[in-house]
Amino acid sequence: MQEATLSFKARAQEALADPTLKIAIDRTTGTAERKRAVAMTQFPQFEAARERGKRIKDHVIANLDHYLLEFERNAIASGAKVHWARTAEEASQIVVRLCKEAGAKRVTRVKSMLGEEIGLPHALDEAGIERVETDLAEHIVQLGGDRPSHIVWPSMHRTREQVSEMFKRLHRAPHQEETIEAMVDSARRELRDKFLTADVAISGANFLVADTGATCTVTNEGNAELTTTPPRVHIVTAGIEKLVPSTEHALLLLRLLVRSATGADVTQYTTFHCGPKQTGDRDGPEEFHIVLVDNGRTRMLREGMKDMLRCIRCGACMNHCVVFRQLGGHVYGGTYPGPMGAVLTPVFDGLESSRDLPHACTMNGKCQEVCPVAIPLPTLLRGWRDRSWREGLEPATVRFGLGIHTFVASRPRLYRLGTAIAIRVMRLFSRGGLVKGMPGLGAWTAYREFPAPAKRTFMEMYKDQEKGQ
Amino acid sequence: MTNPQNASRPPSSPRVGLFVTCLVDAMRPSVGFATLKLLRDAGCRVEVPDAQTCCGQPAFNSGDTADAAVLARHFIETFEGYDYVVAPSGSCVGMTRAHYAEALADDPAWAERARRLGERTYELMSFLVDVMHFAPADVKLDTSFTYHDSCSGLRELGVHDQPRALLDKVSGLTLKPLEGNDVCCGFGGTFCVKYPAISNAVVGEKADAIDRSGASLLLGGDLGCLMNMAGKLKRKGSSVRSFHAAEVLAGMAGGPAIGEER
Ligand code: SF4
Repeated sequence: MQEATLSFKARAQEALADPTLKIAIDRTTGTAERKRAVAMTQFPQFEAARERGKRIKDHVIANLDHYLLEFERNAIASGAKVHWARTAEEASQIVVRLCKEAGAKRVTRVKSMLGEEIGLPHALDEAGIERVETDLAEHIVQLGGDRPSHIVWPSMHRTREQVSEMFKRLHRAPHQEETIEAMVDSARRELRDKFLTADVAISGANFLVADTGATCTVTNEGNAELTTTPPRVHIVTAGIEKLVPSTEHALLLLRLLVRSATGADVTQYTTFHCGPKQTGDRDGPEEFHIVLVDNGRTRMLREGMKDMLRCIRCGACMNHCVVFRQLGGHVYGGTYPGPMGAVLTPVFDGLESSRDLPHACTMNGKCQEVCPVAIPLPTLLRGWRDRSWREGLEPATVRFGLGIHTFVASRPRLYRLGTAIAIRVMRLFSRGGLVKGMPGLGAWTAYREFPAPAKRTFMEMYKDQEKGQ
Repeated sequence: MTNPQNASRPPSSPRVGLFVTCLVDAMRPSVGFATLKLLRDAGCRVEVPDAQTCCGQPAFNSGDTADAAVLARHFIETFEGYDYVVAPSGSCVGMTRAHYAEALADDPAWAERARRLGERTYELMSFLVDVMHFAPADVKLDTSFTYHDSCSGLRELGVHDQPRALLDKVSGLTLKPLEGNDVCCGFGGTFCVKYPAISNAVVGEKADAIDRSGASLLLGGDLGCLMNMAGKLKRKGSSVRSFHAAEVLAGMAGGPAIGEER
């Protein structure tokens, strides 16, 4: 992908220069923000629910081994086969192997960010297995040959006008009318027969219910039911942090998830899967596999990032992030964008290649404020900055500059002198109240004026006043 | 954040250490003098310790925790002797209240000193209202203003109602609401020079919203954010003038606004 070869800043420049992208971002995130705000006014228990949600997740994460084993036991009892994957690669290999063993030519997928995280679309394509994305937005991403740009609305980066044009070009029987309904119908015509003739269905899970061994998947389009029912084999991939003790806990988190994600009261469709088809069942898969994925999660637990494992992937942090709303998701370069992506991508891809992500944040704290499980995202981002500093990844100029600053700022007299000289130099470049063309200020003055300092510092003037009294 | 002990009755003439902040010291001393006047009007004995420098936020936010800890210790030593420490900035106070203990986490004794000092360290507006129960008297300014809530003050310290309550007492002054008043202006300290293009896009939207408010003045409580927004407003040719809220409250908004010739 082209994005990967460009630097973060170059990708950001491209995104900032794309006015259509900005329209697309504003439509989706703006709507999400407004709807969430309305939902919150009708959900006065939010704070209490958030505290409970946080406690549930923290409890499970602190007792992960217990709940994993309980889940495995109950899933196996229900007839499911449970697989364990340590890395992304292992996980996608397991899924590809299961598909091959099932003799699959065509698989249907229900949107799952974990699937993206483990590189599943690519692995299936490589293995020559036809992959049909059944989620409308993922279908758009697949048609466009790109990657999801948002964890809830993967095709957020395209306006509906662009999607319409693409459907007309690529669908067999495209829509005639320019309405959303007609476009959805066009996608339906394109996909429906593929739903019914797939050999394997692959989905993710929003929750893994330990005491029943069931998996729970939430969709807006009901494609989870339709996708996972007809094929002979159903494979669920899920991160190990998706565990909850019981269905009741899943439902509480679900309330937080939907309100935070879409501002709705309930998800359109919530599907529980528990094992394969049993005798007497009218439908369901003959084989039901669950692939439990670690991929850095136990390392996060060890390395002081356990708070991040609470994440329920609602997307609220990105919808409310001033940086995300200027750039969209692709600029982040990883599977997950926005604030939560800036925390997670260095875990998956390494800090060296992603050190811009934790830095490209104003630390305004809005993401933490809206997060339904109170993840201290700014603190986690600063944790990466701290690590980047300790590992020597920060540029020499910054290290040198801050070193000097500290040396001077811990010596008040020197500091006074330095400040007094600095403002006098600035005033040499000042015209009409603004500093113009001063070397070193270019990053600021390229875009906005730099207000000129006063003639003397506060401390100089204050001392004179004191003497005068 | 209200200190419960002080919620009912203001302390009588507390000894306050004024931390003017490095930006106010260098760029806009009038904010420091306005702060001084307001604190004195509120009945405080104000001192401006000579040893004060910078709170260490640039180092902390750059990941340079060791240097931040050096400056945190310096700040604590400088200000520990006062009843209260007050600064005309939510972000510097947020640094001392919310993050010094983090920066000094390796050193429990210092972290504890940081925590104790943090409890007595206040952003100006919240100190005037929550601790001193102060309201400005006889200040008049016939114009309209809009208010930007800077992020650290708002989210780390709960500063929102206090500046509005104080400004409400200025006769002739009317508030015109700012759409997205709690949305970050894109300053972010070193962020604005590390990622200038992104910062510009954010402050561009902010400047448009400020213009749309129809107000004559932009007021706020953090000079960094104000310089960012004023700089953008100037560049786009807006006629909105920017002041620190303290300048207006102290009746010192007669002079040049931020970015005007003086
Ligand atoms: S970090 Fe919080 S707000 Fe962001 S996606 Fe995860 S749960 Fe949602």
